[in-house]
Amino acid sequence: MAAEHELTPSSYIGHHLAFLQHPVGEGSFWTLNVDSLVTSALLGVFSLGFLWWVVRGATSGVPNKRQAFVEILCEFVDNQAKDIFHGDRRFIAPVALTVGLWALLMNAMDFLPADIMAWITHFFAPHGFRIVPTADVNTTFALALSVWLLMIYFSIAVKGLGGWIHELFCTPFGANVLLWLPNLLFNLVEYISKPLSHSLRLFGNMYAGEIIFLLLWMMAGAGLAGTLFAVPLGLIWAIFHVLIVALQAYIFMMLTVVYISMAHESH
Amino acid sequence: MNINLTLIAQALAFALFIWFSAKFIWPYFTRKIEERQKTIADGLAAGEQGRRDLEAAGKRAHEELAKARERVGEIIGSAEKRDVQMLEEAKAAARAEAERILAAAKADIDQQVARARESLREQVAALAVSGAEKILRREVNPETHAELLGRLKKEI
Repeated sequence: MAAEHELTPSSYIGHHLAFLQHPVGEGSFWTLNVDSLVTSALLGVFSLGFLWWVVRGATSGVPNKRQAFVEILCEFVDNQAKDIFHGDRRFIAPVALTVGLWALLMNAMDFLPADIMAWITHFFAPHGFRIVPTADVNTTFALALSVWLLMIYFSIAVKGLGGWIHELFCTPFGANVLLWLPNLLFNLVEYISKPLSHSLRLFGNMYAGEIIFLLLWMMAGAGLAGTLFAVPLGLIWAIFHVLIVALQAYIFMMLTVVYISMAHESH
Repeated sequence: MNINLTLIAQALAFALFIWFSAKFIWPYFTRKIEERQKTIADGLAAGEQGRRDLEAAGKRAHEELAKARERVGEIIGSAEKRDVQMLEEAKAAARAEAERILAAAKADIDQQVARARESLREQVAALAVSGAEKILRREVNPETHAELLGRLKKEI
């Protein structure tokens, strides 16, 4: 990696976990993680562009294989949404599709070999480029908070502002005046825990996966014996990680649907 | 893991992607799927209709066949009847013709007989007259004895 520094385990990992950041103002908040943004935007444009291209040329007759693949994908998402959400799925299904596909592709960036990608990205980002956007807590929080806002929006849209506030104070324990405070506290915990668990679950899995890959590659760099051990271990972890990547994307999508459909229902 | 402006930028990107997906992808997908569902439903209904039509056509063909068979029986029956009738008529006509021919022949024969008798009678009369002439050895005037001769003729 950086030839001028001594390569220690912590410097290797630290280097791989450094964001390509671009300050846009004063303070630590006003920076952009350009790597996460660019990668996620490229993946989103690529995946949705592909769907758009296929769907625009779709036929209602006998579909070709490409269209059949997209249809299977869309129908899978639609069926998942249908099982959970009972109502008009014209909004919730595309949300689920977007979030599921996007998260899946962003997670899948973890499969790209870290050091080869680093070698490529060093040409324009010498101080590090994080290739997995979902291993950036900003990305997962952005997704979870967007879903959280949608949740609140639908709560108010379906039940009315009064209905929503009534629900905050009068559920789940009861409408007694003495229970207003416990109800509110309970609901606050729920409203805070939902986006936290939603985003941190995905972030944690992806971050841990990335770290384990980095540890394995560090071992591979520590001599011949390390390489011999690291290769099968890396293979095993990569295969296991296929499951994690798909599963976490699926869970993230399902939780999105669950949270939004819960907002439609009264307690 | 520090929160920064990326959060808001990613949220905006997410919102944009959701908007694009809900506006430009999902409606086309559902429309195509619904069209296909309709096509399949129509096809199935058409198949069912065709099957029912076939069944009805088979039934009708069966009925027509039975009717035709019945009609053929009728026609054969009436033809046989007509056959017998025609035979009877021909027989009757032949019999009548035979009778007519027989009657004509009989009349012819009668006529011939009468004519032969007439000529015979005349010959006999002439013979008698000539005989009488010879016997009497004299001329008998046929005019003066015409009445006598006529009576003689009648007697023969």
